[in-house]
Amino acid sequence: MSRTRTERLVNLVICLLSTRRFLTAAQIAATVPGYEHDPQDARDHEAFQRKFERDKAELRELGVPLETGTASAFDVEPGYRIARREYALPEIPLEPDEAAAVGIAARLWQHAGLAAAASSGLAKLRAAGVDVDPQATLGLEPMVTVDPAFAPLTAAARDRREVTFDYRVPDRDEPSRRRLQPWGVVCWRGRWYVVGHDLERAATRCFRLSRVVGAVRATGRPGAYEPPVGVDLISHVARWSGPVERTGRATVLAAPGRAAGLRRWAVETGGGPDGDRLVLPYADPESLAGQLVGYGPDVRVLDPPEVREAVIQRLKEIAARHDDLAVAGGAR
Amino acid sequence: MTRPAARGGSRTSADRLARLLNLVPYLLARPGIEIAEAAADLGVTERQLREDLELLWVCGLPGYGPGDLIDMAFDGDRVTITYDAGIDRPLRLTPDEALALVVALRMLAETPGVANREAVERALAKIENAAGDLVAAPVEVRLPADTRRVAELRAAVESGRALRITYYTAARDETTERVVDPLRMLMVGGRAYVEAWCRRAEGMRLFRADRIDAVTPLDEPARVPPQAVPHDLSDGVFRPSPDLPLVTLRIGRSERWITEYYPCERVEEGGGDQWLVSLRVTDLGWARRFVLGLGPDVTVVAPAELAAQVHAAAVAALDAYATPPPPRPAADPPAADRAVATQGQ
Repeated sequence: MSRTRTERLVNLVICLLSTRRFLTAAQIAATVPGYEHDPQDARDHEAFQRKFERDKAELRELGVPLETGTASAFDVEPGYRIARREYALPEIPLEPDEAAAVGIAARLWQHAGLAAAASSGLAKLRAAGVDVDPQATLGLEPMVTVDPAFAPLTAAARDRREVTFDYRVPDRDEPSRRRLQPWGVVCWRGRWYVVGHDLERAATRCFRLSRVVGAVRATGRPGAYEPPVGVDLISHVARWSGPVERTGRATVLAAPGRAAGLRRWAVETGGGPDGDRLVLPYADPESLAGQLVGYGPDVRVLDPPEVREAVIQRLKEIAARHDDLAVAGGAR
Repeated sequence: MTRPAARGGSRTSADRLARLLNLVPYLLARPGIEIAEAAADLGVTERQLREDLELLWVCGLPGYGPGDLIDMAFDGDRVTITYDAGIDRPLRLTPDEALALVVALRMLAETPGVANREAVERALAKIENAAGDLVAAPVEVRLPADTRRVAELRAAVESGRALRITYYTAARDETTERVVDPLRMLMVGGRAYVEAWCRRAEGMRLFRADRIDAVTPLDEPARVPPQAVPHDLSDGVFRPSPDLPLVTLRIGRSERWITEYYPCERVEEGGGDQWLVSLRVTDLGWARRFVLGLGPDVTVVAPAELAAQVHAAAVAALDAYATPPPPRPAADPPAADRAVATQGQ
């Protein structure tokens, strides 16, 4: 790409920023260097038009707010200008510690596209006079990662557009097509979710972004709906994973020096000739049984009977399932 | 010019245009800045910066006469913009830029144990204010963690001293004491980690904050050896290496969550309810506890050694239940010496 083109685009921005009247393409061609052509020559004129279209597209892609309008009621041709108020970054009076925080935030992204967006955003803040200390640290820095569905879903939520996507829950065999009015995106315990109104189920639903299969398509027009006023997105996701109350108490016998993982959350530990007695808090006997079975012969449940029975039942099934394989592989 | 080349060129041109539009206000805000300093700050070479200045120098207002063009004064290696032709402010943030900054700041603000959270929140409010409607896309962040524990660890890491830690290694189900030289603290996928040089393992290790049961700063300074390389976390914390044992399981419908929580090398969705799932494990002992803990809807397909261990452990445990105490001592083969514990719940 040529220096000429960059030069032309810089001049175009300066020209359109400086004008209050809308300038037509012909007026721009007569003013900005690089657009010289013969309007009477059809081929030449067409080449100019293509060039001008490309330049406009490039400015818009960069975020330059190109306004279209006519200078007076008599004009038929549309004209262009850039409103300074829309173009310029507003004053952001950041204190040094605030600027340092923005500088740190900008380098947390592990996602290439958003990392680039963060650093070009930061470049604009620096251009506005903000000095960013590159050495600053906050002691503990999160790595920010997102799923591919993050960008289309946040854009759709911002524009209030309906989306369609395929969603796959692991215990189902096939993905299902969902239509959603997204309200917003939530990061909860390191995972991303979208919350919104599910048009198929006619109810509020959350979806895990990692389970979205393929592309998210924005289908509706912008501004098609309003999220409920004051909606607490986090609460919709957190509802499914509230704190677990471990009110049950199980007593197990752990072989000396074994089952370190269990010992860490025992509320009581007592020694004995046949091993250590650990008292473990639990909520659900089945999930406790699963954990205890993991320790094999190192841990034996003494109480309560329902946990003991659940453990024995699991052990029997596991032993039966692996019987043939164990014989084939040879026990060590 | 071929089309792909034209597009590649267009990308660089967009970057250069963005840089040029930023450059005038950047220099305006810093009159008399050294060119070398500005180049380093902007992440370009001095030569590139001089080329950018030359280009700007021939741009300006219509008329393009001496009073219309962008002008600058050079004083040795210093530069001052003397006429800006109206591009005295940077372009406003794009929706993506605003989103990227705001989401990262919210992550920081929500990170437990982060220093100077109040400055992060002030910065967030100002950026949100400047971005206006652009961040109307609601993105909310809530990270879990034991704030008190993380803050204590951060203080210990920041003390700049070597630390004695009591650490639970899930891969081997054991709690050990070790001396580490901490490098930094990070948060990945909602979990806090201390990255440190482990003197016991003689390597860089990531220690999960919730598995550090005790920490004591020592009287000697932390000395991370120069050959230590920080982890590349772009693909997550656990990067299965091909020399680790590969375990293949047949799992039922209710255990398919495994494929979401563990990096699986292969998932074969056969007909019916059963899936074949292969994953790398740091340690077969860990795999044995994992498989036993998963429940009856999981069968080890390979390696045969693991199937035999699982069977033997289940049979031994059943024997222990059948005979009254004392339980027989465990027959557990010594595990390979591996210090990283990133597996396990």
